[in-house]
Amino acid sequence: MQLDPTPRQLTLIKATLFALALLPLARMTWLTVSGQLVEPLEFITRGSGDWVLYFLCITLALTPLRRLSGWNWLIKLRRMAGLYAFFYACLHFLAFLWFDHFFDLAEMLRDVLKRPFIAVGFSAFLLLIPLAVTSTNGMQRRLGGKRWQRLHRLIYLIAPLGILHFWWMKAGKNDFAEPIVFGLVVALLLGLRLAWRRPKAKPARVSAAKQA
Amino acid sequence: MLIKHSPNGADLPFSSEITPQAVYEERRRFIARMAAGALAGSALWEMANRAAFAAPGGPQKLAATLNPAFSAVEKQTSLQDASHYNNFYEFGTDKSDPALYAHTLKTRPWSVRIEGEVAKPMTLDIDSLLRLGPLEERVYRLRCVEGWSMVIPWVGYSLAALIRKVEPTGNAKYVEFVSLADPAQMPGVGSRVLDWPYVEGLRMDEANHPLTLLTLGMYGQTLPNQNGAPVRVVVPWKYGFKSAKSIVKIRFVKEQPRTAWNVSAPSEYGFYSNVNPEVDHPRWSQASERRIGEDGFFKRKRKTLMFNGYSQVASLYSGMDLKKNF
Repeated sequence: MQLDPTPRQLTLIKATLFALALLPLARMTWLTVSGQLVEPLEFITRGSGDWVLYFLCITLALTPLRRLSGWNWLIKLRRMAGLYAFFYACLHFLAFLWFDHFFDLAEMLRDVLKRPFIAVGFSAFLLLIPLAVTSTNGMQRRLGGKRWQRLHRLIYLIAPLGILHFWWMKAGKNDFAEPIVFGLVVALLLGLRLAWRRPKAKPARVSAAKQA
Repeated sequence: MLIKHSPNGADLPFSSEITPQAVYEERRRFIARMAAGALAGSALWEMANRAAFAAPGGPQKLAATLNPAFSAVEKQTSLQDASHYNNFYEFGTDKSDPALYAHTLKTRPWSVRIEGEVAKPMTLDIDSLLRLGPLEERVYRLRCVEGWSMVIPWVGYSLAALIRKVEPTGNAKYVEFVSLADPAQMPGVGSRVLDWPYVEGLRMDEANHPLTLLTLGMYGQTLPNQNGAPVRVVVPWKYGFKSAKSIVKIRFVKEQPRTAWNVSAPSEYGFYSNVNPEVDHPRWSQASERRIGEDGFFKRKRKTLMFNGYSQVASLYSGMDLKKNF
């Protein structure tokens, strides 16, 4: 199936997805202000963290999806997905800084340095910043395609760090179901890239198949 | 009972409701920080905070006399919050799960088997337990190991009263509490998070301390299922998980009981688990806590007190290294 939206259709698709991606924030806000949560602070902290992972997975999924479907326009959604991962990461960080440390930067940093699971999440957040900053067309041009791409490969490190942070958080209660799902999804998405990167391995495999 | 309970327990003139200087200064600092560039919406939150609530269905009134000597004069957590934010893994690991799923728990008939190193082992049903001692109301701080706290008016009597009745032998060094673990009534018992049944335990002197409460109700009523109905213990100077819920067996034993969380993660949850701001959990600090319904958005978390403020228990641990025996 060939799906090739016109520029106008693409704008519409993007606008729709942009609005949909704000729904988690809208839900958190609504549940908080309507007083339906006993502990809104925990809910916002956990919820924003979950959505960072969702958007990291979506961002990483777009390239393989494009290759498998032949829908080249999918790549035009990648920046927005990545920026939403950053957006929810900012919210997650703000929740940590505000709710846990009441904007006391020194105390927050001590906490980061003392606790590996926070340090890992914090590093992932810091690494996202240069990607968000260089996400514009202008910055891409200024850096040059090659260098830009190299920089943005940081996402291959950021996503596993995010999952490690989540894994560690759940470790105390032996509750690994969710981190395992995220881990498998990211492993698959990164694995596909590795597999597709090795065209040279092909002849060897053909001969192996012949022998069999 | 003469004590009136409003939804947020706020209609009594608690001295804690007068804003202390440190707090309003903190607020001013907070506002300054906010002005420096963050979100708004505080008024909306304050309004939402006063939303109406409904009490859980089917509670019975319990007549009890307030024991002022053992009661914190602090703003009480609302019954709504105290019964909708619970760790009770037999009903699921999410804090909203117990309120959603605990209605399947059958709390009558219910009996508690008391056995082990005692002269008079016995089985007591709930009505006998209710009659065993005069019911007292005690307003205790509850500090969860996760870093949050509540203030709850419990109804019950000192566990010591029950202990006297069964006459422990000289071999009784510890008391072990076993909670119900019935997968038919408790959907979470199928999970592998803990080894079921849930087991908790106290040293004999801890169990005999007058603060240790055999608890049959809260907020002037029988316990909601999600709070450990029909009978539980409350040990206010220890992290909440030490206070076993929905107890079916109390055993007096020689050896230190193998308690559920200690078995699951020995490096994170010790046998003693006394509230101690100086001993961090490996993944978070225990120096401060968030009082549910009060701290967080507009108020810094409050300092956690040694033994959760119950300094009268300190003598139980004299000479003990509480960093080692966490």
